[in-house]
Amino acid sequence: MNTPQLTVSSSPHLHQKSSTASIMYHVSAALAPALLWGVYVFGLRALLVVLVAIAASMLSEYLLGRFSDEFTLWDGSALLTGLLVGLNMSPSVPLFIPAVASAFAIFVAKWTFGGLGANWANPALAGRVFVFFSFTTPMSSFVAPRTLAAAMPDALASATPLGMVKTAISGGSVGLDANALLAQAGYPATDLARSIAQATGFSAYTIDTFIGNVAGCIGEVSALMLLIGGLYLMIRKIITWHIPVVYLASLGLFSWIFGGIPTAQGLFGGSFFASLFTGGLMLGALFMATDFVTSPITRKGQVIYAIGCGFFTFLFRYFGGMPEAVSVSILLMNVITPTIDRFIVPRKFGDTRQQRKLAKERAV
Amino acid sequence: MHKVPTFSKGGVHPDDKKVFSRLQAIERLPMPGELVVALSQHLGSPAKALKAKGDTVVRGEKIGEASGFISAAVHAPVSGVVKEIRQVTLANSVVCDAVVITPDSEQPPFEDKTVDWTSLSESELVAKIKEMGIVGMGGATFPAHVKLTIPRDKRIDAFVVNGVECEPYLTADYRIMMERADEALQGALICAKATRAPRVIVGVELNKKDAIAHLRSVVEQKGYPIEVVGLKVKYPQGDEKQLLKATLNREIPSGKLPLDVGAVVANIGTCVAIYEAVTQDKALYERVVSVTGECIANPKNVLAPVGTKVSDLLAFCGGFSSDPDKLVSGGPMMGFSFFDTDTPLTKGFSGLLALKGQKKVPTTACLNCGRCVAACPIGLVPAQLYRLIDNGEYAAAMANSLMDCKECGCCAFVCPAHIPLVHGMKTGKKLGRKK
Repeated sequence: MNTPQLTVSSSPHLHQKSSTASIMYHVSAALAPALLWGVYVFGLRALLVVLVAIAASMLSEYLLGRFSDEFTLWDGSALLTGLLVGLNMSPSVPLFIPAVASAFAIFVAKWTFGGLGANWANPALAGRVFVFFSFTTPMSSFVAPRTLAAAMPDALASATPLGMVKTAISGGSVGLDANALLAQAGYPATDLARSIAQATGFSAYTIDTFIGNVAGCIGEVSALMLLIGGLYLMIRKIITWHIPVVYLASLGLFSWIFGGIPTAQGLFGGSFFASLFTGGLMLGALFMATDFVTSPITRKGQVIYAIGCGFFTFLFRYFGGMPEAVSVSILLMNVITPTIDRFIVPRKFGDTRQQRKLAKERAV
Repeated sequence: MHKVPTFSKGGVHPDDKKVFSRLQAIERLPMPGELVVALSQHLGSPAKALKAKGDTVVRGEKIGEASGFISAAVHAPVSGVVKEIRQVTLANSVVCDAVVITPDSEQPPFEDKTVDWTSLSESELVAKIKEMGIVGMGGATFPAHVKLTIPRDKRIDAFVVNGVECEPYLTADYRIMMERADEALQGALICAKATRAPRVIVGVELNKKDAIAHLRSVVEQKGYPIEVVGLKVKYPQGDEKQLLKATLNREIPSGKLPLDVGAVVANIGTCVAIYEAVTQDKALYERVVSVTGECIANPKNVLAPVGTKVSDLLAFCGGFSSDPDKLVSGGPMMGFSFFDTDTPLTKGFSGLLALKGQKKVPTTACLNCGRCVAACPIGLVPAQLYRLIDNGEYAAAMANSLMDCKECGCCAFVCPAHIPLVHGMKTGKKLGRKK
């Protein structure tokens, strides 16, 4: 019998069909609904911003690949980083800003620490935070979404709902919750949201922020579209529910319990839902906090990490100077991730409570 | 609702691929032209050859003597003449001496005699099992007499038969359960007697519902005191640690044996071998092997003498239907790939797979995704262990329970970065032990 050429390698000889690249492309695909919504409400200019971010990110990766041992452009991670940077930009931002943010993300946040898998901070977030503090004014000037353009004066359009609330609170407004503050400022709502609000009892602002009829970054405005993408990732088993659900739940709980304090409504005076659909939280919880590289490796660690994200987001939003605070909170928890991984290890098989008790008794 | 038992921690769900050989009844291989009987077919020290070149041997005659407690005897699988004693490389890369036998053209007929075993004492049973060279046939090839010798200070309350066969492709144990259920169950009762276990449980995964039904009908018919438990399909349930968790909800601590939690586990094929050894004086010199995979022309379950060359098995199954990329002995998750078709069949050789390679995906850096951690049935952090081993920090890897890794392959199976995690663990253990 003639023998064919055979491979000899270590077991296992089967592999689940998944790869780094397929994960990156799936996550990118899951962001498509949010991108499409952003382009719909903010126009083609938004698409241009995202494309510039992606181009800059992939160009940076290409250049670094040319000068290093490994060429990693096609593992999809640069595409995803660029896409995330673009979605985190205001639609009106000057085009050099997304390019700078992407370049910072790839050159500084990712490659100075050793490239994919070795970075301690989520590159897209690091890029966004870098340009946010470098070019604060253009980064925090927004435009009205198409669906509200007629009803929204320019003065209102330049700020996000959370920004408005923040300004009102620091101006000494007392005794009103976020929705009431928005109403006081004359923030408009769509007719659709008003009619849904009437039928369900939710605030029209909550409905609008859920659907995405607000001013904000290109990819963060529609919680609905982000949730669709997030659900897709969970169904494909690319991410698990732990980080997003715990992050949202802990922020909701903190806001409900302590969120009333700045407006003098006391404990349990805050709203659980008001803060969940705003300020890029969905984008952060579903797509940024879940970044594998910068989140803990164990499920238990991931839960602790997500509670931390929720806590810091709450703290910065209600007691800090930042209205949104999602990026900074996640970055802060990225820093703590190695520590979590060091101390939170899975329970070893056979290391049961019963066994430990027995061992203790024997030692005595 | 009644919950179907399984183990709780980790595990993966590979496609079971048993369809190739599932319906093929066990067939006896025609006598090969030459048999290469390895003297190290078991865990422990190799057997010592009792024959030399030119000697004649009779089927069932001992040709290798166990050397030490953890060792097993080797018997002649056929009657014939010893052609030579030469060094061979087995599928798992073990290099050892082998007795090469040219079979006679006339073989003695298989006798149909059985002795009643119920009158034999525990020690007589164990002595018989030792004499007949029985080893675990699931793949680990641990000498059976060692497993069944229970220290005085230990008590066993359950004997668990492993009919899980959780490795994809393999169907040898399934066919044994379908065709030789009574012998297997009696073998289990023999083991239960030898270990003084009051309870006998057979664990079978639910992808073999007909085998469960068949075992139950035999148990009912004969009135055996045996429970047959259906288990939810999950790899690696066929590992004794996972099997005991699934059937008895007991966890074996690190570095301990099943008997430390009051149980003994044996593979269902081993039970048949034990039955034959005790009642028919038949040594373990042949076994059922699934010859299967995408590239085998006619997949079969073959009863072949130990020492049969892989090429004879392949020829019996019609050769390759297309060129394989890998030949594997055992299952695809833990089996060994090899390249030499002269490699001989050994007692632990449960499957011969000819596999089409999967599309090559480049290895990337670890993403820290945690899938290996979620998949590890032992609760290790494979990514971290691999990093330590890769950096040469073997002592640190050992301190992080590297030795508890049983190389089941779950971590490497799920790794999206395609990091050869199991390969790393094996290397780390070898180098870590040396120091």
